[in-house]
Amino acid sequence: MPLARAWSVALYGVDGRLVEIESDIGTGLPGVHLVGLPDAALHESKDRVRAAVVNSGRSWPNRRITFALSPATLKKAGSHFDLALACAVLAASGVVAQRELEGTVLIGELALDGRLRAVRGVLPCLLAARRSGARRVVVPASTLSEASLVEDLEVFGAARLNEVLGWLAGERQLARPGSVVAAGSAQPPDLADVVGQPGARLALEVAAAGGHHLMLVGPPGTGKTMLAQRLVGLLPELRADDALQLAAIRSVAGRLPVSGPLSTTAPFVAPHHSSSVAALVGGGSGLARPGAVSLAHRGVLFIDEAPEWGPHLLESLRTPLEDGEVRLARADGSVRYPARFQLVLAANPCPCAPARERDCTCPPSVRRRYFGRLSGPLLDRVDVRSTLEPLLALSDVDLEPGESSSSVRARVLAARAAAACRWSERGWRTNSEVPGPVLRSQFRLPREVVLPLDHALQRGQLTARGADRALRVAWTLSDLAGCDHPDQGMIETAIGFKEQRAA
Amino acid sequence: MAYKDELGRHGEDLAVDYLRTAGLVVLSRNWRCRHGEIDVVATDSERLVVCEVKTRSGTGFGEPAESVTRQKAARVRRVTQVWLTNHRVRWCEVRFDVIAVLAPPGGQVTVEHYEAAF
Repeated sequence: MPLARAWSVALYGVDGRLVEIESDIGTGLPGVHLVGLPDAALHESKDRVRAAVVNSGRSWPNRRITFALSPATLKKAGSHFDLALACAVLAASGVVAQRELEGTVLIGELALDGRLRAVRGVLPCLLAARRSGARRVVVPASTLSEASLVEDLEVFGAARLNEVLGWLAGERQLARPGSVVAAGSAQPPDLADVVGQPGARLALEVAAAGGHHLMLVGPPGTGKTMLAQRLVGLLPELRADDALQLAAIRSVAGRLPVSGPLSTTAPFVAPHHSSSVAALVGGGSGLARPGAVSLAHRGVLFIDEAPEWGPHLLESLRTPLEDGEVRLARADGSVRYPARFQLVLAANPCPCAPARERDCTCPPSVRRRYFGRLSGPLLDRVDVRSTLEPLLALSDVDLEPGESSSSVRARVLAARAAAACRWSERGWRTNSEVPGPVLRSQFRLPREVVLPLDHALQRGQLTARGADRALRVAWTLSDLAGCDHPDQGMIETAIGFKEQRAA
Repeated sequence: MAYKDELGRHGEDLAVDYLRTAGLVVLSRNWRCRHGEIDVVATDSERLVVCEVKTRSGTGFGEPAESVTRQKAARVRRVTQVWLTNHRVRWCEVRFDVIAVLAPPGGQVTVEHYEAAF
C-alpha cells in the first residue's frame, strides 16, 4: 500500500492537537518531503527517521516519500513526531499493517541507531490524545511513569523502534506502566523551627487559610524566608485535577521528575531577582515555554528581596495575579499557561537594614525610594502584610518550640473547608477569590461591625479597594476562629494587616 | 582518465543501451555548452527525452538518484534550452528523466529509470 496514516500530537503550550501523519510513496526522484508547517526540529526528523529505520535493520523505500501533517495550517514543532513518521512510512511500504496503527498515538524521538528517546510534554500530549478519542499510545519507555498518570488510555512504553514494530506485528509485548507512584515528596520544613514572631505566624496562617497574597517586611535574619518556605506545609494537598495540570506544566518545562511524577504537595518556587521576564512569566522563541509563575500554579511564588527586583519584573506579575493565567504570544502562535499562584513578597525595611530599626543610617529619602520600587498596584493586591520584629534576646523567648506545622495546618484546613462550603455554589474555593461587591451586598455585615472600616476610610488609611481586601481577610479570620461571620475585632485585625507600613 | 570519469562513462554507455532497448532514439550524448552538459538527449518520436545519468559504485554515500539536486535539475533545464535553440527545434514536449546506474565493483549492475523526474 503506497499510502498510510499514523497519529501523533502537536503541542501548543499545555494544550495539544491530534495530528494525522499521512505518508505517500510515489514516483519521482528518491527523497523525503515533509509538508504541513514543520519547524526546524521536525524538518531534521526526515534524516533521523531514515537512519533509525535503516539501523533497525528495516529497508527504507528509495522512492519519493511525501509526509503530510494534518491539520496542515497549524505549525508543528518538536522531535516527538519521529516515531509516528517512521511507522507511517513503514506502513506505506507494507512492513507494518495499517489497521494496527488505527487509534494508536505514537510519541517519541528516534536516535540514529533506532533507540527511542524521551521527549518533553508527554503528559499534555496524552491528555490531548485522550480528548481526541485515541485508544492506545506508545511513548518512550523512560516516560512511562509520567504517561501512566493519564487514565482511560492504554499506555505502552518502548525503548527501541524495533520493539514498536514487533508489537505492531503482534510478535511481542511492550512494557506497561506500573501502578502510579505518588511522589515521595520531601517533607516541607516545619513551622516549629521558627523562633518567636507571633504576628508573622498569624499572618502566615491567615494567608494559608484564605489564599491571600502575603508580604513580610523585616530586618535580615528575622525569619522572612524561613516563614515563606513553611507556607507550603500549611496548604492543603492539591486536588487531583490541579496536580495533573501542574504535572503537565512541569512536563512542558522539562522539569517533571522521572520517579513519582505526580506530586500533590503545593509547589514552592523562589526565583532569583536577576531573573528575566521570560523566566518569570514564561517565554522563549518560537512557542513560549512556561515560567516561574506557571511552575508555581496552585502553590507559592516567593519573591525574596522584593525591592531589589526590577520594576518591569514585578509589574509583569500583575496580569497573572489578576487572571490566574498567562497568555504569551510568540512567532509560532500564542499559548496560555495557568498561573494561579499565591504571592509571598519579602523585603528589608531599608537598604542598610540593621538588626534594630533605630540603628538605621539611611536618610528618609532613601528609605522612601527603596519601598517606592514596589508599585502601588502590586501592593494593592497583597491582602496581608506583616512586619517582623527583631529578636531581642534568645533567653526571653520561652525556648519551647513554636507551634508545629501540623497543628496550624489542621486549623487552616478547617477554615478552608468552611470557606469552600460557603462559596461552593458560586465556584470559588478561597476567600481571596471573592469579588468585593458580593461581600458588600449578599454577604453584607451589620453596620456596627464594619464601623472600623468606615473610620479607616474617613481617615484616608484605606482605599475602597483596600476596604474590600480587609473584608476578605476578616472573613478568613472568622473562618479560622470557627465563627459564622466576622466581628468588629476581626475587622480591626484585618485593617491592621493591610495597614502595616514598613517605611 | 580518473576512475570516477571512467565509471561515469561506463554508466552512460549502460544508460544509452537501456534507452535504445526501450525503443528510444538517442540524438546527442554529452552535449556541452557554456552553461554545462547534458548527458543524453533522446526521443521517443513524440517528445524529447533529456536524461541525466548518475552512476555510483555503492550506496555508502546514498543512492545515485539522490544526488540529483534542485540545482542540478535547474542546470539541465538551462542547457536543454540552449540545445533546443542550437538545433532549431521550434516547439516540442520535453521530458526530463534520471537514469540511476548502480555499478558495484564485481557485482550486479542495476539501472533504474525515473521518468519525468523533474
